Amino acid sequence: MSYAPNTDADRAAMLRAIGAASIDDLFADIPAQHRDPQLDLPPALPETDVIRHLHALGARNRTSLDLPMFLGAGFYRHFVPALVDQQLLRSEWYTAYTPYQPEMAQGSLQAMYEFQTLVCDLTGLDVSNASLYDGASALAEAVLLCRGLTRRPGVVMADTVHPAYRAVVAAYTRALDVDLRTVSAYRRQGARLTPDLQPLADAVDDATSCVVVQRPDVLGMVGGVDPVVEAARLHGARVVVVVGDPVTMALLTPPGALGADVAVGELRAFAGPPAYGGPGAGMFATRAELIRRVPGRIAGRTKDLDGRQGFVLTLQTREQHIRRERATSNITTNQALVALGAAMTLCALGPRGLRQMAQQSLTNAHRAAEALQRAGASIASAGPYVNEFVVHTPQGARQTLDRLHRQGGVLAGVDLGRFLPGLDDMMLTSATELTTAADVAALADAWELLRDG
Amino acid sequence: MDSEPLVHELSSPGRRGVRPPLPQFQAVDPADALPASEIRADLRLPEVSEIDVMRHFLRLSHRNHSVDTAMYPLGSCTMKYNPKVNEVTARTPGLADIHPYQAEDTVQGALALIFELEALLAEITGFSAVSTQPSAGSQGELVGLLAILAWHESRGQTRTQVLVPDSAHGTNPATGSMSGLQVVNLPTAADGGIDLRDLDERLGPNAAALMLTLPSTLGLFERRIQQVVERVHASGALVYCDGANMNAMLGRVRPADLGIDVMHLNLHKTFSTPHGGGGPGAGALGVQPFLEAFLPGPRVVRRGGGYALADVSDDSIGRVHAHLGNFGNLVRAYTYIRSLGAAGLRAAADGAVLNANYLRARLADDYDLPYDRPCMHEVVFAGTRQRRQGVRTLDIAKRLIDFGIHPPTIYFPTIVDEALMIEPTETESRESLDRFVEVMRQIAREAATEPDTLKAAPVNAPVRRLDEATANRRPDVRLASEFGG
Amino acid sequence: MYPDDLRYTREHEWVRAAGRPWIVGITHYAQEELGDVVYVELPSVGAHFAAGDEFGVVESVKAVSALYLPVDGEIVEVNPQLEAQPELINDEPYGQGWMVKVAPSGEGELDDLLDAAAYRRLVNELRA
Repeated sequence: MSYAPNTDADRAAMLRAIGAASIDDLFADIPAQHRDPQLDLPPALPETDVIRHLHALGARNRTSLDLPMFLGAGFYRHFVPALVDQQLLRSEWYTAYTPYQPEMAQGSLQAMYEFQTLVCDLTGLDVSNASLYDGASALAEAVLLCRGLTRRPGVVMADTVHPAYRAVVAAYTRALDVDLRTVSAYRRQGARLTPDLQPLADAVDDATSCVVVQRPDVLGMVGGVDPVVEAARLHGARVVVVVGDPVTMALLTPPGALGADVAVGELRAFAGPPAYGGPGAGMFATRAELIRRVPGRIAGRTKDLDGRQGFVLTLQTREQHIRRERATSNITTNQALVALGAAMTLCALGPRGLRQMAQQSLTNAHRAAEALQRAGASIASAGPYVNEFVVHTPQGARQTLDRLHRQGGVLAGVDLGRFLPGLDDMMLTSATELTTAADVAALADAWELLRDG
Repeated sequence: MDSEPLVHELSSPGRRGVRPPLPQFQAVDPADALPASEIRADLRLPEVSEIDVMRHFLRLSHRNHSVDTAMYPLGSCTMKYNPKVNEVTARTPGLADIHPYQAEDTVQGALALIFELEALLAEITGFSAVSTQPSAGSQGELVGLLAILAWHESRGQTRTQVLVPDSAHGTNPATGSMSGLQVVNLPTAADGGIDLRDLDERLGPNAAALMLTLPSTLGLFERRIQQVVERVHASGALVYCDGANMNAMLGRVRPADLGIDVMHLNLHKTFSTPHGGGGPGAGALGVQPFLEAFLPGPRVVRRGGGYALADVSDDSIGRVHAHLGNFGNLVRAYTYIRSLGAAGLRAAADGAVLNANYLRARLADDYDLPYDRPCMHEVVFAGTRQRRQGVRTLDIAKRLIDFGIHPPTIYFPTIVDEALMIEPTETESRESLDRFVEVMRQIAREAATEPDTLKAAPVNAPVRRLDEATANRRPDVRLASEFGG
Repeated sequence: MYPDDLRYTREHEWVRAAGRPWIVGITHYAQEELGDVVYVELPSVGAHFAAGDEFGVVESVKAVSALYLPVDGEIVEVNPQLEAQPELINDEPYGQGWMVKVAPSGEGELDDLLDAAAYRRLVNELRA
């Protein structure tokens, strides 16, 4: 099997033009003893067979069609209009590359500009790039931006920032002079959890380059960030806000209005199903005066020779292909296609549609919590939440989740013990507008079954 | 072509697009659930209908060139055909609609796919282990250098420098900086390879690694690769290979066999996952056995007749993605490898190299060839002859647009004056290459006889040349917010 | 193109030492090689540099160049117009496109710089 169109006759004619006796001759620079290894690979499959094989692999996974899922924690299933995937399957979008030649890429460039505008309006910040790899690496880039800006080593990170995001920051900064401090940003009293950002505010000092909070946090809650912002201002540190579920931006005070210098997040949920976590689209927005420190591609609007509106990649001197070792980041490829899908969803829903989705997510989560309570569960979230809440699982979250799955047929949440020490008797349960009343009933039934069984 | 308005300019107050799902319960008022201070006042988004959105983005798409439109010989980017079956398999509900935190026994297919893909890539490259977690090549580079540093540290060594040839892609030095390393420039020898004396001078107790692109950005295979590897290893440093150009080597050589220690692959180049208008890509990082412990995690392992996620070891550099990387693209790359098999992959490399050499031979009379010897998957010409006629490489590139062909990579590698870096890939036919040759020859004639035609190009595109100076001096990177809701 | 009353560096900066403070910018040749200047990053007033130190960067659409101070000294003023109008560097490299004013620490180092004739020869060599 090959997608190369040339025939034997073509190849022979081309070799004659080149003046080579055989294709082997063209590989003569490779050391002879290592040339032409025998690759032990499975036999090539025709299209029908490869589809059958991949379907079989897919059939070994359970999807949201197979059983109710209340899984979130940084990855969300939201409604994506049908038109989005139809568009994303257009060759002009998905088989193009980075718009290096703007005259041949006006579609991608204008879409990037529109995406940037949408992100700015959602976050309440001045400028956005055209996306980064995912929310986690976007956070790492935000931390690096603040470090470069302030030339300070300190990073104060709330422990209620998603642990995988924290881990990515740790990896990105491990070879640099960065003092990464994780500070508790919630309080546990018995089986009740409340946001408490004061220790975070207290940890900010004159060596702090930035303080990082997540909203809603990884426990689903929304804590007041004012003390943190005040402390940062007092000490000349920057504030980075990680957006939890992006749909919550339709309801919550935007990061810009809170005083964030940088807002990051993951926009995959607006472009398609979770796809086992990727590809995502890292959101990155900041204040206008920091634009020359922003990592990644940025599209800008300008005019052509005839005065017509057109778009280009702009401020490219920030980037690695020009500044090399002094670039703002090494990032090259971004997640343009996912960002494009997200932009389409936001446009197709409009302000009312998006707000409706966010409100329904909130409603469904609160109704699910009520149903669990009626079934005898104790809700641990004592602070305000949008669409994720914590359930106390006295038998241990892992065991409870396992039984809810096996006996009750639902994936009821995420074991918080894997996220934060001391929370292995807590699970994080998430709902969105795609959660149905039947799903909620199944969840409550499963819990009752457990209680009775 | 008329301009397409911004989607915000299509907005009309009160217009609705797609409706979200129906409410399932009596609504909870956000004001009852959240403190008033946490609720946002206004939300600005365009108010457009579904057909507005569809037509707007469809019309925008018409303003793009793509691989499926026509030849796209962008050097170093491997713009090969993206098989449509990849898109079908990636959309299989069982592979798309799965959540990272599902119980492991409900994602056995996904874990198997990652495990198998890593094994296939290991077989193709010769490395003992591959991590598919990096989101793209540059993230793979970062992981690779961090792993190398961690290995040095594990041996009680602190090394502070990375050697990067001057022909390298800009990501290499940028990654060096992100890894806290001092970047030491390595000049290119007259034959396009590495000068061993220059290399020796720079190797020392501080050198952590050499970053090498193979084949190089000049499209040349490093003929002294074995001496290079030996010298680097003798100095105690490791060899990192930028595998952006793996398409030239499939089935022809396994980089690990050459002694390379670490290498990233760009699955969106060599393994045909689409470029997506700039991404998402997918990286993958292969390492020799002694570096396995430093790979990012969690890693997919076999356990009890199935697959499981194993937490990272203490030596691991940690993680670089919120979960396991760009899984959707891993499905596509896996589909591609299973579709081609060993012979198909080798045919891809052969076709890529044959096509590039064909262009090299057929354009050699019309354009200067600074390194005149058989190339690998890409060939680098120089527009120096045309510059003497008053035409810049940029003008040549812009003129190609008028013929509906995407220009090659230009002005890179920077060590070649007026560089034109052409990578046809294996999926172009002889006829397609011949047309490219005819067009390039016509442009060469025009450069001599009517240079103004080139300088005015493009004229057959949605826009003419754009004012980049103003775009950079006074950046307009978002629509001011009087539009929208 | 290369006024006689200025001194030049081999890195294409000029200095006007007619009175105090001294004025520094980049040459006609430098701006032409860069193309459209789109951004310039200048130091803070009060910063001290030794001769040959990098004191800022100048950017065109696709290139970044470091700026090197021709003399030892303290920055006493930076051109406030360049932030909004970097094109002044292209239009009037020796006039409104000046970059910084420097209070020099000494006198002698001017002798290390090129005079106009020597700089013209350098440019001719580079253009050959």
